Amino acid sequence: MTVDAAGFRPLQPRTQPPNDSPEYGSTRLRHPARPALRIPQSVTETTGPVLSPKHFPPMPDLTMLTGQAAMGERIIVRGRVVDEDNRPVPSTIIEIWQANAAGRYDHPGDTHDAPLDPNFHGEGRVFSDEDGWYQFTTIKPGAYPWGNHHNAWRPNHIHYSLFGTGFAQRLITQMYFPGDPLLPLDPIFLATPDAAARNRLIASFDIEATQPAWALGYRFDFVLRGRNATPMENT
Amino acid sequence: MAAPRLTATASQTIGPFWHLIEHAEMADLLRFGATGEAITVTGTITDGAGQPVADAAVEIWQSSPPVSDSFPAYGRARTDTAGRFEFRTLKPGPVPGLGNAQQAPHLAVTIMARGILRGLTTRLYFQGEPLNDTDPVLSLIDDPAQRATLLARPAGPGAWTLDIRLQGENETVFMDI
Ligand SMILES: [Fe+2]
Repeated sequence: MTVDAAGFRPLQPRTQPPNDSPEYGSTRLRHPARPALRIPQSVTETTGPVLSPKHFPPMPDLTMLTGQAAMGERIIVRGRVVDEDNRPVPSTIIEIWQANAAGRYDHPGDTHDAPLDPNFHGEGRVFSDEDGWYQFTTIKPGAYPWGNHHNAWRPNHIHYSLFGTGFAQRLITQMYFPGDPLLPLDPIFLATPDAAARNRLIASFDIEATQPAWALGYRFDFVLRGRNATPMENT
Repeated sequence: MAAPRLTATASQTIGPFWHLIEHAEMADLLRFGATGEAITVTGTITDGAGQPVADAAVEIWQSSPPVSDSFPAYGRARTDTAGRFEFRTLKPGPVPGLGNAQQAPHLAVTIMARGILRGLTTRLYFQGEPLNDTDPVLSLIDDPAQRATLLARPAGPGAWTLDIRLQGENETVFMDI
């Protein structure tokens, strides 16, 4: 008999955005019409890739790509990666990408008429420490227009990719900034039905993380799915 | 069971600019020198209008062969303007399932893109594998046409291909894990 890692608990209702979210136009032809098939979790779902610093070196400062400072408002973002039982998720990769201070991505598909910054690319990468803490330095990304509806603008946001310890824990999300007037107008932010879950995507200003005469600090925690108490058994 | 104290962070779309974290070499799971039965896995992703999904991130994860220093068992690829993706990896073998069940060789596949708020998870199986007939996941699907949406077909020596349809006719079976 072998004992696998325990399976993951189901996600809480209304705390995740449905893929059929009509206000976000690009979902129209990209959401499956049939409900997803519920399958038993096996080792395929309860284990997952481990991206190590050996192959993915940390890039904790997005502002000094060339040795010259990137334009914009320098900020520090820090927080913890934990699971739903508030246990730290240590040594896990966090991939980061974002627009520059003018709201422009260094990406051939971005046609927004805003300047690129030769000293800013917009990719970062950090690993959580043994207590789940992470930190990186960047510039605050600008808002940018998009074609979803008339006069549509994305709120300031940073994109993240996390893996956790099982393929069923994979998380792609976006972090927003407190007080952004675009948030109540953004169909991507609004797609999560539960208001509390939605608002947890907004970082909080963190005076403790703020460094005097250097950069404002923000706090943002990631919560990955929790595991069942009992491991599954294979006989 | 005690209620969880916290709630998992909400997913958001990977958007159209995720290529900033792409790193094309991640589509080659043999880049660290793994040896075994090398295969290429290709596919095309189309939307509900039959149009190619040209900006998707496709990820694969396999529990067989196991992760090692030379084999990450995980890959990431972009779709091109024709909606096509390609991986190089090792052919998986049977995978333990619950109880006495053996799972047929398979890859876990997740598709993320603009317009997809939570990654779509599915599995890629290999046409003609004897274990397909008793696989615990494939067995949950009664309709043979739906089951066929998960079966990659041979596309030449060591090459397998699977078309993925996000919506509509021949819609791929996606899974809630
Ligand atoms: Fe964005």
